[in-house]
Amino acid sequence: MSNIFQLVWLIPVLPLLGFLINGLCRKQVSKTMAGIIGSGTVFGSFVISLLVFLSVKEGNTQVAHYFDFINIAALKIGFDFQIDQLSSIFLLIITGVGFLIHVYSTAYMHDEEPKDFAKYFAYLNLFVFSMLLLVLGANYVIMFIGWEGVGLCSYLLIGFWFKNTNYNIAAKKAFIMNRIGDLGFLLAVFWLIAKVGSVDFHNVFESVPKLFAEGTITIVDITGITLLLFVGAMGKSAQIPLYTWLPDAMAGPTPVSALIHAATMVTAGIYMIARSNILYTMAPVSQCVVAIVGLATAILAATIALKQNDIKKVLAYSTVSQLGYMFLALGVGAYTGAVFHVMTHAFFKALLFLGAGSVIHAMSGEQDIRNMGGLKKYMGVTHITFLLACLAIAGMPPFSGFFSKDEILAAAYNNSPLLWGVAVAGAIMTAFYMFRLYAMTFLGKFRGTTEQEHHLHESPKAITIPLIILAILSVIGGWIGIPEIFMHGGHRLEAFLAPVFAQSNAITPKHHLSQTKEYALMAASVGAALIALVYAWNRFIKYQKTDKEETGFGKVLENKWYVDELYDSIIVKPLMSVAKYFTNVFEKKGIDGFVNGVGKAVNYGSRQIRLLQSGQVGTYVLMMVIGILVFFIIQLFL
Amino acid sequence: MEIKWYIGLAVALFCTGIVGVLTRRNSIIIFMCIELMLNAVNLLLVAFSKMHAASAIGIADPSIVSNAQIFVFFIMVVAAAEVSVGLAIIVMLYRNTRSVDVNFLNRLKN
Repeated sequence: MSNIFQLVWLIPVLPLLGFLINGLCRKQVSKTMAGIIGSGTVFGSFVISLLVFLSVKEGNTQVAHYFDFINIAALKIGFDFQIDQLSSIFLLIITGVGFLIHVYSTAYMHDEEPKDFAKYFAYLNLFVFSMLLLVLGANYVIMFIGWEGVGLCSYLLIGFWFKNTNYNIAAKKAFIMNRIGDLGFLLAVFWLIAKVGSVDFHNVFESVPKLFAEGTITIVDITGITLLLFVGAMGKSAQIPLYTWLPDAMAGPTPVSALIHAATMVTAGIYMIARSNILYTMAPVSQCVVAIVGLATAILAATIALKQNDIKKVLAYSTVSQLGYMFLALGVGAYTGAVFHVMTHAFFKALLFLGAGSVIHAMSGEQDIRNMGGLKKYMGVTHITFLLACLAIAGMPPFSGFFSKDEILAAAYNNSPLLWGVAVAGAIMTAFYMFRLYAMTFLGKFRGTTEQEHHLHESPKAITIPLIILAILSVIGGWIGIPEIFMHGGHRLEAFLAPVFAQSNAITPKHHLSQTKEYALMAASVGAALIALVYAWNRFIKYQKTDKEETGFGKVLENKWYVDELYDSIIVKPLMSVAKYFTNVFEKKGIDGFVNGVGKAVNYGSRQIRLLQSGQVGTYVLMMVIGILVFFIIQLFL
Repeated sequence: MEIKWYIGLAVALFCTGIVGVLTRRNSIIIFMCIELMLNAVNLLLVAFSKMHAASAIGIADPSIVSNAQIFVFFIMVVAAAEVSVGLAIIVMLYRNTRSVDVNFLNRLKN
């Protein structure tokens, strides 16, 4: 037990305070104050997270109980925080990258009105709070609170510029797709309660193997629960078939894309599966589904990214593709690899997005890379950091992406060489589209208007300093996971996370590839990616704007395989027509008809009965006497 | 005298009252008919009281005999008060419509 653990509750509460202050006083606080409150609270969380991490590193873990959240009959759900290796890593990523992005935002959002500026920081803080709740929760229910909270903040921030209808549509799309996934998550939790009677991580992970051995729960239950949990992860982490919201989510401000739609929120699904690793290890069918969906997403998104011309869209599809890699890692049982890739990806993808934001800022809102080019000489820092990030994501040694991606590829090969082959194809495409993006943006000649060219400038310090820090992390971040063949005991992350994945590793012991084979695999993937990189560099450095439309397969890719159109025609339109039928026929004729009918009947009836009131006193008296007689007769004779 | 004669007289008075209320249009006559009904009931009360007193001879408590009769006095007092109100209404009615015909009072029709 460590003293710092008594402060753990402050980690989420600080951003919550920031949210309340900025949100409630958004009309009073100045821009500077809003920025300081927003960034400062997250920095406070970061410091505590760092101390917690150091304490966890010494081997302290704890489940902190705060109060009973739900207490019904046998079901007890506490408001508990889990502090262990996995959550402390995520705490560091969220608060660390989150803080840098808050600082970046103070410059990026500077043109907003003061109250919008404060509102933006309030939302951002609320997001950090929800995300921290998600990773700190010690049971599925607390996790679900954070899970929903980040979805809400994602919706609010995508639609931050709500005066643009398209942005609102994108926000709604993200929210609805997430809700579909959340339903799966919720069903899985109910299933767990029904079968295990608890949602506590500790309880569940200890009792499920026992109950399974006793035969109380079957493989069908475990597979069902894990698949439903995966449906939740599909929504949140943008996997096939629920990935289409993420590219549209780029409607939000660029720092939001960096924080929510690249570094943190979309990795919630990976965190959840890594947390539930024992359940997945016990359900090979689910693992297989996770691996295949992940790989398919990785490839599909990579092919789409090849032909996108919006700088943020390329990065968005690249994110979807990298998330696919993480799920592939989870599917083949390389849980450490997945978490490792989450971490390195958070660094270089946040950096790429922030770099893109810096470019967009300099280009006065222009996002089309066909109108860029040659930005290298105007934006030194942005250029260098962006290049480093591209090298990292392309998996070039010794940048961080190399180590994490290599670990995933090796694990995939262990599982099946076919998975490895497809994954390498994805890696080649990654290198290609990233350097296509890089070359078209920073190399060659400037292709925009002269007005834009005059305006080009390097971004202010608040933007470049986060870029530099993230660039350093993108370069060295991978060194905590150096493979065994390079350095004995080099994979410090694996050793650190070992207690979390101990149960799974006991079931499926790791078998290492032979040294030569591992070198060969590494050389093959890096070599192939390098060729793609050089090819893209050479091809797109001379890029000229043409009016020629894409034809054939290129057009299919440019239109994202027409998946949006497909969803539109098989889901959205039928749903709309059913809804239209219900509004026009069921609602108007059925429900409205009934309600109005009751009103009309009462009206008509009273109009008729009114005629009884003749105004003749004699008639009234006669009626009264008749009434009395009737009662009299009933009383006496009946 | 047997109780049935009293009952017969009271019923006859009451029916006369009802028929008067139902058939006549002059509000003063209707009013008188109402009084008639009231007094029919009073008569019954006194008659039954007497009947009970006759069957209860030998009982020490004289209040049994006098209860209903006192009750009747109360009714007469209340009826007198009611008459003053009722007559006032009729006077007002006459002043407004120059008539005491109740059929003119059909403003609340429909």
